[in-house]
Amino acid sequence: MIWGTQILNGVLLGGYYALLACGLSFMFGVMRIINLAHGDLAILGACLVFLISDTTDISPFVALIVVLPVMAAIGWALQRWMLERSLRSGVLVPLLTTFGLAIVIENGLFEYFGADTRSLAPYIGDFAYDSWAITSNIYIGSLAALIFALAVVLLGGLKIFLSYTPLGRSIRATAEDPDTAALVGINTRAIYGIAAAIAVATAGLAGVFLAMRAVFTPYSGPEQLIFAFEAVVIGGIGSLSGTLIGSIVLGVAQTLGAQINPQGFLISGHVVFLAVLAGRLVIAGVRARGGLSTLLARLP
Amino acid sequence: MSTERAFVVERWTRLSAGSSVAVAVVLAILALVPLLFDANVVDNLTTLFIYLILSVMWNALAGYAGLVSVGQQAFFGLGAYFAIQLSYYGVGVYPALLLGAVITAILSLPISLLMLRLRGGEFAIGMWVVAELARLIVVLDPVINGETGVSMIALNAISPDSRRDYNYWMALVAMVVLLAAVFALLRGRLGASVQAIRDDENAAESVGVRVLASKRTIFVLAAFGCALAGSLWLATSISFQPRQYFGIQWTAYMIFMVLVGGLGTFEGPILGAVIFFLIEYLFGQTGVWYLVGLGAAGIVFALFLPRGIWGTIEDKFGIRLLPVGYSLRMLRPVLHPGDGAKTPQD
Repeated sequence: MIWGTQILNGVLLGGYYALLACGLSFMFGVMRIINLAHGDLAILGACLVFLISDTTDISPFVALIVVLPVMAAIGWALQRWMLERSLRSGVLVPLLTTFGLAIVIENGLFEYFGADTRSLAPYIGDFAYDSWAITSNIYIGSLAALIFALAVVLLGGLKIFLSYTPLGRSIRATAEDPDTAALVGINTRAIYGIAAAIAVATAGLAGVFLAMRAVFTPYSGPEQLIFAFEAVVIGGIGSLSGTLIGSIVLGVAQTLGAQINPQGFLISGHVVFLAVLAGRLVIAGVRARGGLSTLLARLP
Repeated sequence: MSTERAFVVERWTRLSAGSSVAVAVVLAILALVPLLFDANVVDNLTTLFIYLILSVMWNALAGYAGLVSVGQQAFFGLGAYFAIQLSYYGVGVYPALLLGAVITAILSLPISLLMLRLRGGEFAIGMWVVAELARLIVVLDPVINGETGVSMIALNAISPDSRRDYNYWMALVAMVVLLAAVFALLRGRLGASVQAIRDDENAAESVGVRVLASKRTIFVLAAFGCALAGSLWLATSISFQPRQYFGIQWTAYMIFMVLVGGLGTFEGPILGAVIFFLIEYLFGQTGVWYLVGLGAAGIVFALFLPRGIWGTIEDKFGIRLLPVGYSLRMLRPVLHPGDGAKTPQD
């Protein structure tokens, strides 16, 4: 029965990864940028909420109402003053600048908050450990269930927004071909700004939920970036529904790995990621040589 | 008019020939440093050589082959790890340091099979995953004592003074050999190939550049160089903590050195390493503000001075001290089309 519980926990953990990976996937889909500061922006969001809840006793859920617009504004400003210029200078520069930003954010946070491990769990009361009994020995944590539901709503909502609203259509057109989109009257500069704002706000949201369900330090960002990236790649880069599936695969792999060895949590996640990459290579190689049947026929 | 050529294609200008002689003189002086200067100078220069190796290797990857890796610390850490392993099984200290790097280079071949299929940002973070995975696996090895780490005890058998000198000479030789290797590779066919790939991979492939093979050569060379830097670092610090050796800060240093010096120039990363060394020497004690400064400087250079300090000088004055490319020298004044239409008063 322990395996059943672990798989369920893995799926719920996948919900957190989906929330985290959503912004990374979205930004890549629209702007073709892999934002290496994504994880650190998530931690920045967590730190801002922590700052509010710690000094004023306001619930982290209420603090989010203030912090999410701030994160969106940071995303917009980032696009205006950094990413836009980077994008013009070729494919390498956005990687270098977002990496520089990551170093600045994490060390800046360290300077301000110190090395202490923190959590938002004490600020949300019982909700941090409430759970529902499914059977006599399978429980679902209410926070984990909320995160999962939020991830599904966010990814689904983003998909509907992109498919059916005028702004969503403009974003897709810009993602497809910014020059042509500009020709038909779309303000691509504003579109990129909005896309970056959405991406950074969702990163901040994910960071806050990380802080509620676990602990964080100023240097937790890179690890979150790696998890988000693995989820996105496992699910197929650029696809929002793929991101949810990839996140669940990663979450289940990690919880099952942890069951085998204490170090197994991280190792099995990385191994599944590399195995998926290798699997795709093999499939692509077989296809390029005329499919499996042709290859088998050639065998002596 | 005539078949007489108006230009020559040349590699060695008078300046670059002169600077090559200067390089040889500098190297000869550097070789004698342990005999002439005190321990402090020797230690500092050894550190500088290691930074220089890292900087040049990262530039070969990113500046020439277009491969931005944020996971070169994988090889840095593995080089040191294998050196410890070899020494644990009785291999002599200095052979172990070199062999550790060789083993890492061999290991980088299967890694390259997977990683080089990834492009741009996917390659960047993919390498980071490799570095994390390498650290996690190394920590599982009982010899390493988990996160606590271990010391390369065999190093203590050598007296500190001779160890300092040996480390220095080994770092100097490693640096010179690696620089010469990169110089030779970039001047040859491979240099043109990888730069074509960096500028447009599909176009390069269509004109017959062997994309994967060219990238792999640079990837393995960079893995070897970073691994050697790692094992040299181990020789100077003796202790090995997985989190430090596999830390992302090495990538931050490499990016800073290359961006400030000049991405995609041969001389730039050398200048960048010297600048980084001086900054660390002066501000390294200020803790994390110093890292914030490095990150911010990296952003500013990437955005506003993408060719770095040396690249900008090179573009402005046409100076090439150690030429990896070709330049065109006009033998007689060239008439531009349209010049004839102008009146002399212009």
